Amino acid sequence: MTEQAYNFAYLDEQTKRMIRRAILKGVAVPGCQVPFASREMPMPYGWGTGGVQVTAACLTPEDRLKVIDQGADDTTNAVSIRSFFRRTAGVAVTGATADATLIQTRHRIPEHPLTEDQILVYQVPIPEPLRFLEPREPETRKMHSLEEYGLMHVKLYEDIARHGAIATSYDYPVKVEGRYVMDPSPIPKFDNPKLSGCPALQLFGAGREQRIYALPPYTSVVSLDFDDHPFDPGKADHDCDLCGAGDSYLDEVIIDDAGGRMFVCSDTDFCQGRRAAGHIGRLGAPAGAAA
Amino acid sequence: MYVAVKGGERAIENAHALLAEDRRGDTGVPELSVVQIREQLRLAVNRVMAEGSLFDPDLAALAIKQARGDLIEAVFLIRAYRTTLPRFGSSRPVDTGAMACSRRISATFKDAPGGQVLGPTFDYTHRLLDFRLAAEGQGLPKPATADPVAGPVPHITSFLNREGLIETDRPGDDLPPDLTREPMELPAARALRLQAITRGDEGFILSLAYSTQRGYGRTHAFVGELRIGTVAVEMDIPELGFAVEIGEVELTECETVNQFTGSKTEPPQFTRGYGLVFGQTERKAIAMSLVDRALRWKELGEDDTGAPAQDEEFVLMHADNVQATGFLEHIKLPHYVDFQAETELVRKLRAEGAARRQEAAE
Repeated sequence: MTEQAYNFAYLDEQTKRMIRRAILKGVAVPGCQVPFASREMPMPYGWGTGGVQVTAACLTPEDRLKVIDQGADDTTNAVSIRSFFRRTAGVAVTGATADATLIQTRHRIPEHPLTEDQILVYQVPIPEPLRFLEPREPETRKMHSLEEYGLMHVKLYEDIARHGAIATSYDYPVKVEGRYVMDPSPIPKFDNPKLSGCPALQLFGAGREQRIYALPPYTSVVSLDFDDHPFDPGKADHDCDLCGAGDSYLDEVIIDDAGGRMFVCSDTDFCQGRRAAGHIGRLGAPAGAAA
Repeated sequence: MYVAVKGGERAIENAHALLAEDRRGDTGVPELSVVQIREQLRLAVNRVMAEGSLFDPDLAALAIKQARGDLIEAVFLIRAYRTTLPRFGSSRPVDTGAMACSRRISATFKDAPGGQVLGPTFDYTHRLLDFRLAAEGQGLPKPATADPVAGPVPHITSFLNREGLIETDRPGDDLPPDLTREPMELPAARALRLQAITRGDEGFILSLAYSTQRGYGRTHAFVGELRIGTVAVEMDIPELGFAVEIGEVELTECETVNQFTGSKTEPPQFTRGYGLVFGQTERKAIAMSLVDRALRWKELGEDDTGAPAQDEEFVLMHADNVQATGFLEHIKLPHYVDFQAETELVRKLRAEGAARRQEAAE
């Protein structure tokens, strides 16, 4: 079967309509998980099938798509998803956050602030923030509908009692508009503050678990914490070794057999942009040189 | 480094090319044709059709070839293809009583109308490697077989029904939900459960069924009947106003008869477990009927013993091997952002712990 045999952005229009309905419902009830009839996609579950379906349902031929995984445009799975939409939808693609109209992401929120003209689509493995406290779906649905989140607070409290701090570093639970506790997908908690008041529409797709949820623009999102143990976004105590940024999320890269390491921005577009603007970090070469 | 800063795209292309080369293997050996797979690896084809939820032996054989014999990968290829097909409607319920049976056995009666028909089975073979198969081109023994038993062949359980010894299945006209078109909702009706189990992973369903035999949700089962054969698929055509036969499919159907001493709501009688799977797939069909029976504890007023096979959510949410393998294998994708966050957390907790110990020592 040739690529022409598939509909624009792979999914048939009926399926896209079904997904859009779920998205609209999710936008209407921010943070609430909406079941949808997830389709088998030509990439495996766990590779972002939920995000891909949400992206497919939102794409128009005029869109400019950016796909990142771990903040980078060139990680293998980001490359694969981007080329999937280039083939099946023929849309323009970009690596520049500011130029993109739709960004699909796994595990990061771009450092560059988003705008009202953008949609950010998250790939979600386990959409239920209460799942590891209560494995049964009918139970967790009931807890959400009754706003019964005591179990989650007990878990966070036990963390503090045991470790002196909340021992969750990514996938850090949030409360949306004072109502639903939501899983922000496995982004580092460093990114959590960017969820709140974001001008862009944020959509979350979980394919295997058949759930979609959403944060409409400018939604209030609060990371769960206690008055005497306030939320701490946390980050490596370093600056980027390539661009010198002190406020971006950093990856730790082992660079020699002796265990030497460097810290670099996980957001490759952000880092390149800074280097192009002349910022140079501890180990950085001037812009244009190979990273 | 598998996450090169640049060049990911080229690496992927090269990996695909290498995969194609590996798939072909030694070019001095003739290439396997799809038809050969369809005809000579028929049980693999059947499994792929059953778990792929698509009855098409040619496509299943192609998927097996493309997947290099990895059947779960082949099931995935079929599923990904199937999901692009439009759904025209639903067929009438197939009449397995009218099945042209190539095999039909009962473990509960020595003989029954329609007879015991062994058909092509491994059951009584001695599992000795047959080295004649290694020397190809040997002639085949000519089997003495009768033609498939022309239907209708009555179901064995219907004989028990006459005495009221077995529960009566209440026929329903409800259109069963389609689990490939609607999200799974729990608790699930039996029709949805059966649908999930018939496309579930054979190994998983087998192990669950085995666990009920060993006492985890015990529902001692007899194979009332196991039949394999082809049935006609009929569909109502609204423009015509009557049903038209659109094809035939091979099915394996298993009905188990289970002990039941009665409960508060039901009299002592035999109860049923049901399995229906595409192709000759009897291990799966038998396992399915045991798991089906174990999951019916609630409607029959039995006790929940906490056995995995009685736990609908556990069974249905973990039976799908395409979902399972995807989520399992995705952990080999890059996770270094999350890992970095964890590393920072562990460092912080260690530093705080060390500081506390220091303080205590002073």
